Amino acid sequence: MARYIFKRLIGMMIVIFIVLTIAFIIVRLAPGDPAALMLGPDASAEDAAALRQQLGLDRPIMVQYLSFVGNALQGNLGESLFFNQPVTQVLAGRAEPTIFLSLFSLLIALVIATPIGIYAAYRRGSFLDQAAITTAMLAASIPSFWTGLMLQRYLATDLGWFPVSGYGGPDTGFLERMRYLLLPSIVLGIVNSALILRFTRASMLDILGEDYIRTARSKGMGERRVVLRHALKNAAIPIITVVGLTFALLVSGAVVTERVFNIPGMGNLVVSAVLRRDYPVIQGALIVVASLYVLINLLTDLLYLVVDKRVKY
Amino acid sequence: MTGPVLDVSNLQVTFRARGRSVTALRDVSFTLHPGKTLALVGESGSGKSVSSLAIMGLLPKNGAVAGGEIRYRRPDGKVSDLTTLPEREMRKLRGSSIAMIFQEPMSLLNPLFTIGDQIGEMLLLHDPLDAQARRKRVLEMLELVEIPAAASRLDNYPHELSGGMRQRVMIALALVCNPTLLIADEPTTALDVTIQAQILDLMRRLQKEMGMSILFITHDMGVVAEVADDVAVMYAGAIVEQAAVDTLFARPSHPYTRGLLGSIPMPGRPEGERLVPIPGTVPPLHAMPPGCAFAPRCKRADHACEHPVTLSELGQGHRIACFHPVSQEVEHV
Repeated sequence: MARYIFKRLIGMMIVIFIVLTIAFIIVRLAPGDPAALMLGPDASAEDAAALRQQLGLDRPIMVQYLSFVGNALQGNLGESLFFNQPVTQVLAGRAEPTIFLSLFSLLIALVIATPIGIYAAYRRGSFLDQAAITTAMLAASIPSFWTGLMLQRYLATDLGWFPVSGYGGPDTGFLERMRYLLLPSIVLGIVNSALILRFTRASMLDILGEDYIRTARSKGMGERRVVLRHALKNAAIPIITVVGLTFALLVSGAVVTERVFNIPGMGNLVVSAVLRRDYPVIQGALIVVASLYVLINLLTDLLYLVVDKRVKY
Repeated sequence: MTGPVLDVSNLQVTFRARGRSVTALRDVSFTLHPGKTLALVGESGSGKSVSSLAIMGLLPKNGAVAGGEIRYRRPDGKVSDLTTLPEREMRKLRGSSIAMIFQEPMSLLNPLFTIGDQIGEMLLLHDPLDAQARRKRVLEMLELVEIPAAASRLDNYPHELSGGMRQRVMIALALVCNPTLLIADEPTTALDVTIQAQILDLMRRLQKEMGMSILFITHDMGVVAEVADDVAVMYAGAIVEQAAVDTLFARPSHPYTRGLLGSIPMPGRPEGERLVPIPGTVPPLHAMPPGCAFAPRCKRADHACEHPVTLSELGQGHRIACFHPVSQEVEHV
């Protein structure tokens, strides 16, 4: 077990190193001169050259690469060209809304998807099963910006149950900030519940046909116990997998939803950074998101071990 | 104890499939006496397993008992008709006084719970014991079914045991609440021959010790000869021949029973004698011939066999559903 985790951590570092390299290359392949862009159209060529020198953009590419990797390993992802702040600080500031938005969305998705998925599988072919599948398809196919706009219009503007958009001002308290996340969380929760619902249903259907479910019934227990204790635990692995992936996707920033609700999260930050050619921020975001992805994957795999003792690494 | 433990009479089971209703069991009747073993024998699709599931009240959702009675004598002597018993009541009997062992030891234990957990759950459901007493009782059961180093097996998962061991665990699980009726659905079919013999020995010993009755479902005439007191041969959802085991093996009278016996090697058969397979297959449930279901495969069939046939008494409890029973004795048994 410890050996396995150690091996996985080594693997993680290799992945992150590759991501560092790719981030470095991609950003430099993009067109546009950040120095010229930062200084605006009126700047002289000398000013631009001076800024390039200051940023180290005039040095040979290998030198730039080595210093970039070296700094990244020390947790220094450079300075944002736009904010004039260290990238790590910029990212950290945007992490809170994104992380909580992801958690709430996942929670809402799970609350919607698992009970319905289980019930739909249990009553396979029934009206409710059909209805659940159809609704899930709809939820997954409607673009999140539309759902977002509709909920904003009716639940926030008309009924006033939620703040319409934003994340409060600098003095807004934590709970109040969380209130701003509720509506976008509902949107993302609905969108993401579809996939989880389908996985839960499919997995439960498989398991409910197993011989040990018949054994469980033959022991004289109620259906609730059969389904929730004997079947659900066995159906959990595919569900955990899809939940892990969904969470990783959410953490990497729900760009559209963050835009619609004007939430200063990772998704919003990355889009703006791309438009501003803020290389260090783009690189930093890529690295952080990739690391989170790998980490969530590792946690998912470890969760398998907890659920199923047959899983051997 | 007086009277049979289980008395099934005129049991009918139907299944709905694609809007059609098909009859899976037709007028099945048999009785099982205390401490005895009744073997239900037949090919796949003959209705053996459906009978057992009907008794357990565990028919699949598209199946239902359409007629007949399943009278079960509870340990307290009270007789109930299981076909009309409410699910809540049935649940109390299931596992505690009527237990079942299934085929496929590989897949009938839940892979995510320990052996101890799964046997213990049976007690949890039916027998109010504290955790410690429960564990002790589970251990006793594992020792009873001769699992070596039983104490160290309690916390094992099913995948850590061999097929034979798992079937022993399954037996321990079924017997932990001292059932009076055990339904064993092909309990040894998936096992190696040597393991099979061990499991049959074990079941016989436990039956003697615990005094339970066994409804033994199998397709294997060799196993029938080993375990049964009485035999009911099933074909296409109906019983075609019923007798005490000695009678059946000495004077198999239904052409189908003879076919079953002729298609397996038996000790005492002259050397070099050929095994004779039964030609054809069981007719599908939705295309049953109006008369004797076995007629299309039967060498003795004629016009008479196009009429419905019912069981009739040949004497001493030997009953047969055939217009042209085979009368001569089998020389070699």
